[in-house]
Amino acid sequence: MKKTIVSAALGALALGVVFSAPAQAADVSACLITKTESNPFFVKMKEGATAKAQELGVTLKAYAGKAEGDNESQVAAIETCIADGAKGILLVATDTKAIVPTVKKARDAGLVVIALDTQLDPPESADATFATDNFLAGTLIGKWAAGTLGDKAKDAKIGLLDINASQPSVDVQRDQGFLTGFGIDVKDVKKNGDEDDPRIVGNEYSNASEEGARTAVENLLQKDSDLNVVYTINEPAAAGAYEALKAVGKEKDVLIVSVDGGCPGVKNVAEGVIGATSQQYPLMMAALGVEAIKKFADTGELPKPTEGKNFFDTGVSLVTDKPVAGVESIDTKTGTDKCWG
Amino acid sequence: MSKQSTTVKLSSDFETVLADSSSQVASFDTNEKSLMMKFQHFLHSSPAMVPLIVLIMSIIFFGALVGGKFFSAFALTLILQQVAITGIVGLAQTLVVLTAGIDLSVGAIMVLSSVIMGQFTMRYGIPAPVSILCGIGFGGLMGALNGFLVAKIKLPPFIVTLGTWQIYSATVYIYGNNETIRSQDIEAASPLFQLLGHSFRIGSAVFTYGVVLLLIMAAVLWYILSKTAWGRHVYAVGDDPEAAKLAGVSVTKMLISVYLFAGVICGIAGWALIGRVGSISPQSGQFANIESITAVVIGGTSLFGGRGSILGTIFGAMTVGVFALGLRLWGTDPQWTFLTVGVLIISAVAVDQWIRKVAG
Repeated sequence: MKKTIVSAALGALALGVVFSAPAQAADVSACLITKTESNPFFVKMKEGATAKAQELGVTLKAYAGKAEGDNESQVAAIETCIADGAKGILLVATDTKAIVPTVKKARDAGLVVIALDTQLDPPESADATFATDNFLAGTLIGKWAAGTLGDKAKDAKIGLLDINASQPSVDVQRDQGFLTGFGIDVKDVKKNGDEDDPRIVGNEYSNASEEGARTAVENLLQKDSDLNVVYTINEPAAAGAYEALKAVGKEKDVLIVSVDGGCPGVKNVAEGVIGATSQQYPLMMAALGVEAIKKFADTGELPKPTEGKNFFDTGVSLVTDKPVAGVESIDTKTGTDKCWG
Repeated sequence: MSKQSTTVKLSSDFETVLADSSSQVASFDTNEKSLMMKFQHFLHSSPAMVPLIVLIMSIIFFGALVGGKFFSAFALTLILQQVAITGIVGLAQTLVVLTAGIDLSVGAIMVLSSVIMGQFTMRYGIPAPVSILCGIGFGGLMGALNGFLVAKIKLPPFIVTLGTWQIYSATVYIYGNNETIRSQDIEAASPLFQLLGHSFRIGSAVFTYGVVLLLIMAAVLWYILSKTAWGRHVYAVGDDPEAAKLAGVSVTKMLISVYLFAGVICGIAGWALIGRVGSISPQSGQFANIESITAVVIGGTSLFGGRGSILGTIFGAMTVGVFALGLRLWGTDPQWTFLTVGVLIISAVAVDQWIRKVAG
């Protein structure tokens, strides 16, 4: 008896969801789910998506995790979007493997799920992906660092600031791309930290934040005080790394490279805090994502990936004022015109 | 007749029965039964001893394991820099825990205070010294609100601060527009903001002003807790609020003042945080509450209130720092640090219970 009541209630709930969706068909609604609310990259993404949504008459709701790696909040957000009868979800996954079953739930409920910035694992778990080619972004700064060091690249002392233990795909692609660009054998390209090249001082988790990066670089310096190249997952981490180096008076002897291309980051390149950064275009990602959901709602069509890649590449440019022969780059002036945040 | 004679005999000899009784003045058992008992008693009378012994042992252990990279003035003072923030927040947490309370909002107060300091200057053009004082003042206000809810409205501290933790954290994002203020912009606005991040050297030892501040604050708090009436009242309220009330302590006022004081200390921690991180980021200090409780517990302060010490907390925070750096330099996965800290927490409380048997 109890069972029937429960299943009847669940059935009613499911019907409610199904019936409420068409009710809103006149007005397409979409969700944007990002990793955090504090990283300017996601703040910009939200702005880009909101502007595009207003232009197309789409209702947009934004959600975010509390911190890098907060998977629970993202799961709850997706469930909310399903219950809310949204047409589609734009998702920057914080844990690319763990979120997959929840994404499947949303797609089974008839929503289109588009991954932004970070590919899911496996990538085909999402209907489409709009992202930077993160491996290429890493390769560019790796080549630049090796080219800048010249002959000294043979005995470089490299520290790597990754995100965290769960190694999201964006984390791995940038890190492995950087090492590949620098000319180091990466062993398993799907794994950070399995390299045995003596030039690597170590991999540290920075949580992609200033505070984490500061402690991480202090630890690396303790391991090897001759540290002279620091790869950072993003520009907040680069800022934290610089603080740690400045504290021991080594900020002039160490090359910091990063990925993002936010306005504060490009400013840091211009001021010599960061040597070079790979600029990505979050506003474009978000705007394209909203357009894709609208198109899917109107015609049922999904966006096509870029030729030869399993995602839609939104482009990347190396920003530096000290160009290296053979590595295409733009200067900080151009970078500032195209920057975000 | 015979009856009368007995009465007479009794009235004249009533003290003779005391001849075999003990003539010593009443005293407590001194526990001089065995060496182990003596040791136990010694630990019971000085609560900072156990964490100090653990700290020294862990330094020796990692010194032997890792060698010069760890066992050097530079590395050991680096640990101080890395635990300075947790240490300062830990001081605030110690005060609250001594009253048998707990404060889950300490990290949020710290970050909100730092955001207030930055925004007051960047947004409204208020001079830096005033902004910093405002940040510390608001820290006190947030603490006072915690205290008011605990003491006046009589809600459990765990619940109150679980709520205010979320409230203050959300305010960080709402008031701060989710933005991070760049280190260079803060430096340009006023060098005073990052003052506590600046360092000086003594040989190869490096001290930041933040570390100095931690040590000064610890000394001052140790003095207040052990030598002033207010400090003794903190212990009394934590040990037995009813007895404290009967002895004439205003428990409500005491509790509010303790939480307020803790809030002020967290505000100061917010200032130190700007020095440590360089920029003002809402992402900072996410786990400060858990880290500070860890330091307090490993430092031998009892969560049941009334027993513990400021110095213990400092040693507790340093022990966690020693394990974190030691294990990283040894080259293990960072997860081993968390695992070890977990073992330390449970061992610390087990040792605390064993020491308490002395009194039991």
